[in-house]
Amino acid sequence: MQKSSRLAIYALVELAANPDRQVSVSEIGEKYRVSAHHLAKVMHTLGRAGLVRSIRGVGGGYSFSGNAKRTTLLDVIGLFENTSGDCKLADPNVATPVEWVLFDVMCEIDDIAKATFGAITISTMLKQTRRPRKSARLRTA
Amino acid sequence: MNDTDNATDGSPAGKFRIRRASAADLDNVVALDGRITGHDKSDYWRDIFDRYATRRLDRRFFLIAEASEAGAEFPLMGFIVGEVRVWEFGSEPCGWIFAFSVEPGTRQQGVGEGMFKAISGLFRDAGMRTMRTMVERSNRLPMAFFRSEGMVAGPYIQLEVEIEDTLDEVAGE
Repeated sequence: MQKSSRLAIYALVELAANPDRQVSVSEIGEKYRVSAHHLAKVMHTLGRAGLVRSIRGVGGGYSFSGNAKRTTLLDVIGLFENTSGDCKLADPNVATPVEWVLFDVMCEIDDIAKATFGAITISTMLKQTRRPRKSARLRTA
Repeated sequence: MNDTDNATDGSPAGKFRIRRASAADLDNVVALDGRITGHDKSDYWRDIFDRYATRRLDRRFFLIAEASEAGAEFPLMGFIVGEVRVWEFGSEPCGWIFAFSVEPGTRQQGVGEGMFKAISGLFRDAGMRTMRTMVERSNRLPMAFFRSEGMVAGPYIQLEVEIEDTLDEVAGE
């Protein structure tokens, strides 16, 4: 997952968690340790997709304007990355059996990833953040 | 809900209640499943009812959500079936949900969540700590539902093979 997609998901969950107020880019940036400049570009894309709306001026910021129960992680990732044809075989006409088998393996992984991202909504993300973490899978990214 | 309860109010607004299935529910279960899957599986459901609603009820749970209101358009709002499975593929005892359906006309009313919580409580009372299910990965609605209830990918991966491929391989060795 690219950085922009991750930032977009962080921002959407943050906004959905605060439905009663406007949240500024700098506030989200500070919380997730990312530059406001990069985040502003991400928010612009989310705004064009109708997932956030902005209010300018003092006390302004962003609010969530999508449907948290319907917007999936795959929907969000699709705004920043090509999610339609990740699994490709360079030239099927000359591909060797090894290339075909590896292609099948990659497609299998890709299908599972898409099914997972497509089944998790912003609402589910929000719900999960409010559950106590029992078995955190800590990994060094 | 526990084994001695006949039924429990499953929704905050009291729109439905959840209870164990009885023989009188079978036709409605077959009809709902037929509408959802497009297949008439009467024999299958009769067999499931015999095995999961009449025997070993301390570890087999066939629950239905029924409308509280008499004369409701959809008296059967959904059903869920599960059992305690022990040492399957070396897995420690856990609860398995293997059938789940909500009447399309009654969605977004908490029916699925009510049934999920009811069977969770029954599994817990049976001493289980984990609950599992299996979902077709292209079927986003149940996938999204179980995810929203906190389910995540478990430690097992389901594998399959075309049997003919296996036999061809053996013959070719």
